[in-house]
Amino acid sequence: MSAILRAQGLGKRYRRRWALADCTLEVPPGHVTGLVGPNGAGKTTLLSLAVGMMSPTTGAIEVCGGRPAADAAQLAKVGFVAQDTPTYPTLTVAEHLRLGARLNPAWDDALARARIAQLGLDTAQRAGKLSGGQRAQLALTLGLAKRPQLLVLDEPVASLDPLARREFLQSLMEAVAEFELSVILSSHVVSDLERVCDHLVVLVDSTVRVTGEVETLLATHHRLSGPRREPHTLPADQQLISGSATDRQSTFVVRTDAPILDPAWTVSRLGLEDLVLAYLQRSNQPAPVLAAASAAGPTLLAVRR
Amino acid sequence: MIWLTWRQFRAQALVVAAAAVAMVTVLAATGARVARLGREPTTVYEQLTRADRNLFFAGIVIMAVAPAVIGAFWGATLVAKEVEAGTHRLAWNQSVTRTRWLATKLTVVVASVAAVVGVLTFAVTWWSEPLDGAQSQTHGNLPARLTPVSFAMRGIVPVGYAVLAVVLAVAIGAVLRRSVAAIALALAVVTFLQIAAALWVRPHLAPPVVRTVVLSLGTLDGIAVNGSGKVLHITARTNAPGAWVLSNRTVDAGGHAATIPSWFDTCLPPPGVGVVREEKSDLGSCLRRLTDEGYRQRVEYQPADRFWTLQLRETALLLLGSGLVTGFCFWWTRHRIS
Repeated sequence: MSAILRAQGLGKRYRRRWALADCTLEVPPGHVTGLVGPNGAGKTTLLSLAVGMMSPTTGAIEVCGGRPAADAAQLAKVGFVAQDTPTYPTLTVAEHLRLGARLNPAWDDALARARIAQLGLDTAQRAGKLSGGQRAQLALTLGLAKRPQLLVLDEPVASLDPLARREFLQSLMEAVAEFELSVILSSHVVSDLERVCDHLVVLVDSTVRVTGEVETLLATHHRLSGPRREPHTLPADQQLISGSATDRQSTFVVRTDAPILDPAWTVSRLGLEDLVLAYLQRSNQPAPVLAAASAAGPTLLAVRR
Repeated sequence: MIWLTWRQFRAQALVVAAAAVAMVTVLAATGARVARLGREPTTVYEQLTRADRNLFFAGIVIMAVAPAVIGAFWGATLVAKEVEAGTHRLAWNQSVTRTRWLATKLTVVVASVAAVVGVLTFAVTWWSEPLDGAQSQTHGNLPARLTPVSFAMRGIVPVGYAVLAVVLAVAIGAVLRRSVAAIALALAVVTFLQIAAALWVRPHLAPPVVRTVVLSLGTLDGIAVNGSGKVLHITARTNAPGAWVLSNRTVDAGGHAATIPSWFDTCLPPPGVGVVREEKSDLGSCLRRLTDEGYRQRVEYQPADRFWTLQLRETALLLLGSGLVTGFCFWWTRHRIS
């Protein structure tokens, strides 16, 4: 099946500043895709372009086989839970469900009511009186009961406390399992995504640094530590992601499909957070600087953010 | 979409509707008596109580203010409040395009404002009709309905201003993304347009009638004199009741606007303070000399029977402007808000 999201040379400029430039990306369907990157990397811009809240300045983006928000049918295919999970403060929970039912032809009222009942929300309560976690759950319910092919969530848990985060992601996972929908979820906190994502896109400075299935990424990335070595002496099939060195010891994160055979290395696997951090570090550490610094002697090559 | 529009709009709609019902009730209760007095046009002014006159002017003030205020409050929140609260990202990601969202909202709000202001202006126009332009036997009068004091507060023009105010407020709100600021700016813009229309547009909606009058005791309306006895200007009678006089000035033999010759100051009888109305023995000869030297009085005015012509033309202009602003609202909402 073709990609659920396909971006080609995508760029968005606000006045003089490029929030996203030349972004090329494909997201396969049937996954929960985590979009991670530092603040200002262009995550919100990319997601806004994907749901058609804004139009690109350059390039093209296609979601579920169509131009985002091109018409009502296209809007029906994509659900969006925006940043800070907006709801109408003066409308009650029941009125939000009615809003969803009135504005979406494929509205699943049974699903919406079951979720609200399960969450224990009072349908007569105004959304303005709900807690942040409850409001996020209400927004998620609206997004799910629309029965989209793709659900896009922009930092949905950023403002929630740890318990509400866990509950929100838990109910998202249950819905994904039940309805087999594709999800794209952004966050700048990798630990949020670790539990729910099986596909990952790392976006830094509006460039896709790495993308792939989480399992594959974890299986092909390794941390090597051992006696000091210059990075360029690594085998050709080991792609250097990041490295640091003291005057005696080197630590590298490499990507390779082949097993690591060199007995001098202590090889350890990476967690998802370390893997993402390795890519973020690389963005701060251009290759020529890496070479020059290592020649100069004991220097910490990569600065952790 | 209509349900959501009504749900978000009903509180402000009901407040305005309640105020409108209260006002129409007061007018209906007092209107019958005013209509009865109006059957005797020559004595109507003397029969009026202070309360009647206050209500007459209250009608003018309310019809001057209501279209702009209702329009600004209903329009400014329509897009701006959504963007302020971020709820546009919820509304525009249901299976309804922004264009349809805005079209439904605009239709409901524009139709509502036209209906409310339409009812108000109908009631006020009906109530005031016997009194518009009422002349006292001795002194004082009420403004005629064609004069700028009450023209835009009668007939269908208030509906035009209300519709323009709504769409302008929507547009300003969409651009500013702040509803309170949009209300203030929309009020300022509509007020400016109301004044500008009376000053610069309405006089030219139909070519004014121009009459050249020979000054005599019979045609003289008044002479304005300043403190040191200098004659500032002379006005002539139009003999067109209810007309809106645009200019009333003295011209020389060549037809150009002229200042009053200085000999005229000394020609006048001594107690010339303010406007001279009484017949003076030598005033007639002063005016005759003025006429002999080629001076005439040129009067430009819109006659009273043009009321509905001017009403229709001004309303058409306002609706045309509203259409352009509406187009801008759609363009801006579709392309410039995210």
